This record gives sequence, C-alpha cells and structure tokens, in this order.
Amino acid sequence: MMWEVLVQPFTDFGFMRRALIGCIAISVGATPVGAFLMLRRMSLTGDAMACAILPGAAVGYLVAGLSLGAMTVGGLIAGMAVALLAGFVTRVTALREDASLAAFYLISLAVGVLIVSTRGGNVDLMRVLFGTVLALDDAALILLCSFASVSLFALAALFRPLVLECADPQFLRSVSGLSAMTHFAFLALVVLNLVGGFHALGTLMAVGIMILPAAAARFWAVGIGALIAAAVAVAMLSSLAGLLLSYHFSLPSGPAIILVAGLAYALSLVFGPVGGLAGRAFPRRYLEA
Amino acid sequence: MTRALEFQDLTLGYDRQPAVHRLRGEIAEGSLTAMVGPNGAGKSTLLKGVTGSLRPLEGRIAFGGLARDDIAYLPQQSDVDRSFPIAVSDLVGMGLWREIGGFAGLRAAHRARVAEAISAVGLEGFEKRPIGSLSGGQMQRALFARLLLQDARLVLLDEPFTAVDARTVADLIGVVRRWHGEGRTVIAVLHDVDTVRAHFPRTLMLARELVAHGPTAQVLTAENQFRARQMCEACAGPPHICGRSAA
Ligand SMILES: Nc1ncnc2c1ncn2[C@@H]1O[C@H](COP(=O)(O)OP(=O)(O)OP(=O)(O)O)[C@@H](O)[C@H]1O
Ligand SMILES: [Mg+2]
Repeated sequence: MMWEVLVQPFTDFGFMRRALIGCIAISVGATPVGAFLMLRRMSLTGDAMACAILPGAAVGYLVAGLSLGAMTVGGLIAGMAVALLAGFVTRVTALREDASLAAFYLISLAVGVLIVSTRGGNVDLMRVLFGTVLALDDAALILLCSFASVSLFALAALFRPLVLECADPQFLRSVSGLSAMTHFAFLALVVLNLVGGFHALGTLMAVGIMILPAAAARFWAVGIGALIAAAVAVAMLSSLAGLLLSYHFSLPSGPAIILVAGLAYALSLVFGPVGGLAGRAFPRRYLEA
Repeated sequence: MTRALEFQDLTLGYDRQPAVHRLRGEIAEGSLTAMVGPNGAGKSTLLKGVTGSLRPLEGRIAFGGLARDDIAYLPQQSDVDRSFPIAVSDLVGMGLWREIGGFAGLRAAHRARVAEAISAVGLEGFEKRPIGSLSGGQMQRALFARLLLQDARLVLLDEPFTAVDARTVADLIGVVRRWHGEGRTVIAVLHDVDTVRAHFPRTLMLARELVAHGPTAQVLTAENQFRARQMCEACAGPPHICGRSAA
C-alpha cells in the first residue's frame, strides 16, 4: 500500500522520475541561494527578478517557439539586464533598490505576458507561467543539473564574502573591495537559478522553491550552514510530496510542490523550535513534550 | 616621532557642504588620541575621511606609509545585522580577513587566535552563541575582539563606549591601552571627559573647525569647551552658512 502510493508512480513512469530529478536539482541549486535572499531581506526582490525574466523568455519563445535554448538565453539576458539596471539605478539615484525593482518587474511582467499571448495560445501562456515539470526532456534535465552544479560551486566560493555582505556590509567594504562584486555575483546566481526553476516550475512558482523552504528552515536551524541544509531538505521533501500529490489527485504539479512547501512553512512557523509559535506560547511544556 | 597621518587643510562634507572645515594637524605614530566635540561637530565625518569612504572636498590627508589595509575602523552605528544566523566566533574570525582573504579556510593557528581574542574581551563561553542573542555591551565586546584580530596599525573608534556599562568600559579601555602599548596609533571619539582625562594622553577638539589639539590637560579646558559649544551653535543652521562665515 505504502509502496504503491509513494514509490510506484516513480517506478512506473519515466516522466515522474525525470520530474523528481529536476526538482532535486533545483532544490540543491536554488534553495541555498534562496536562503541568502531571505537573510538579506530580499525575498521580494527574488519575486521581482523572476518576473523580469519573463519578457526575455518570451522573446526567445517568439523567435523559436517553446525551445529550451532560446528561452534560457532570453531569460538570462533579461534577468541580468534588470539586475544590473536596478543596481545601477539605485547607485545613481536616491531611489531605494526595492522601489526601482518593483517598477522594472511590473513592466516586465506585463510585457512578457503580452508577447506570449499575442503569439501563442493560453496553453503556452500557462506553460510559461507555471512550468512543465512533468514534461522535462533530457536536454532540460541536463540544463537543470548543470545550473545547480554551477550555482553550488559559485556559492561555495562566494560564501565568506556573501555572509559578510549580509551580516556586516560596512565591515566588508572596509576590509576589501569585493563588496560590489559580491552583490552582483549574487544577483547573477539568483537569475541563473530562476531561469533554471522557470523551466520546471514556471515564472511565478520558481521563487517559491527558493524562498519557502528557507523561510521554513529558519524555524529549525540556528547557524547558517544548518539553515541551508535544512532548507534543501525541506525543498526536496516538498518536491517529492508535491509530485505525488499531483500524480494521485491530478493537480498541476508546480503549484502542488509550492503548496507543500508552503504547508511546511506554516507547520514550521507553529512547531519550529527556533522562535516558533508553540515554543513561544508554551516554552516549558513544549520542551518537555 | 614619525607621523601616522597629517590633515592638510582638509575640508570634508556632504553634497558640497562642509562638515569639517580646513583642518590642519598631525597624528603621531603610536599616539593615543581622543577626539571630542559637540554633536554635529564633524567627528564621525573626519573618521570617514580617514578610512577613505568620504572623499575630501579640499585639501588632503597624508598617510605616513599606512595602507588602507592598516586601518581598522569601528563605526558609530555599526550596520551589523543582528538577526543574521552567525556565531560569535565566526563574526570575530572575520577580523582575520586580511590574512585569510575571502576564500581560504581557517587553520588551527587562526582558530587559536580567535579564541585568544574572544577571551581578551571577556567573552569566553559565548563562542557558539548566535550574535542575535548578545546584549548591546556583549556585542561591543565582540566587535572589539574582531578589531583585535585585524591587527591594524591605525585603529579608529567612533564612540565605542556609548550604551556600555562601567565594567565593560573598563575592560575595553584595557584593550585600547594594550594597542597603545603595542605601538599602534589609536583615535577614539568620546563624549565622556573623565574617561578622556584618565586614559588618553592627547586630545583633538573639533567643532567643524579645529578648536585645539595637544596634550589632554591643555586641550580639555573649560574655555576651549565653551568655545567649541559656541562654534557649533553658530553653525546650528545649514552647514553652508558655517562654511561662509568661517571663510
Ligand atoms: N550622510 C550625511 N549626509 C549629509 N549630512 C551629514 C551626513 N552625515 C553627517 N552629516 C552632517 O555633517 C555634520 C557632522 O556630522 P558628524 O556625524 O560628523 O557629527 P559628529 O561630530 O560625529 O556628531 P555626534 O557626536 O552626534 O556623533 C552634521 O551637521 C551632520 O548633519
Ligand atoms: Mg558621530
């Protein structure tokens, strides 16, 4: 019974195995980056960047249809451009970064949706917005895994400057000139992972797998290393559970995965030992239980 | 005695409006100097000028063979994100940046020095605590431990003892005196005149312009303090009025 519910979908169907591999790749690559996004209080920036990718991917779609390469290149270019532009606007004007990003992403989202819907039908629009995790082909899987590997290595290399850029930016500026480089390299990593996540989960859901597991992990882990590990674990479990749910109840898989991650967040918020509601309301009893 | 730095007709300011005006003076290598002056006198501005984060509007600061790396700086308002999940020993260990850079790992010798710095500021037992769980004074101790590891020839402290109790002040003064004993140059912005008299041989009094600079007993006179307050009150309006009247 357990076997049938939990394992058989994956043994029976190749597309389920592929979906699982894709989601695991995204969990390993994107979720650690998401943890830093959250810690830098840039969760909403992540959202904005995700929308910024859309017009690029849409232009790729205009040129070549639902082609993996064209949409990836388009998305990367658009995402990097918006990241650079927002950083630049913040540096030369008094506008705060979040304000300039909000402006860019609202425009991007509108432009992207317009482009896709003038050329394609509603089905294509849905694929772009919500992803196609159940239809990942070999090329897409290779792409996701390479993005995850690149991202993981880059994050490891950047780790100390990045931690310092979050925890004490003034100090980083005073001891080294790496501050600006760190910031932009981090934004580049965010874009890379969003474009990867975009293929599986779509524009609107890609941020979810970055932010929600990290937000949940916050209630379980104290140190940054443990937090990242917990976030990756939550992301993987959410992917697994979300895929199974979508299989058994024929739900759209991207939203199902994100919903499970959201549930994990809600449960952590209540029961997490580090600042969770239950721990706060009944400190003694909770510890004894 | 060689000079650590020299202010040469230095004018610093924001948006072309001077906050420190035509400052001249020398800080000797190995000296222990307190910087005093009323609120808005330009003390923090001057330290920002020395670290290089604020470019002079006019004049310059000459360094006696000091590189940017040789300066350690504790800002008045540190923007440490206290909610960031990092342990005290990791925060303190960042003081080793000059030696280990952004990427290399910490070796056993480094760890031993981190532990030594933490115990020098009296934070033993707090190594594994997240920084968010420290009190304000304990956080200040941790930041001093990080300064210790920076091993800098010039140490700039901007009001390091605000909101810190007497016991902690005494401990941290001990750290400052240790730096002095090791021949490092220290400049500390302070408001408490008693601390200055007791521990700082030299004083620089600032009120947008230089009021006095020299041995503490000669600088911290009632007359000078009165003058400084008057000069700052005269400048209480927009800073450009101050600049014009002084020119
Ligand atoms: N970022 C800034 N932008 C514009 N003006 C500034 C800025 N920082 C300081 N000032 C102005 O420069 C003047 C000197 O400020 P500064 O911070 O150097 O004073 P201070 O001597 O450190 O005072 P306090 O004892 O209150 O710390 C003040 O008039 C202040 O309003
Ligand atoms: Mg100040």
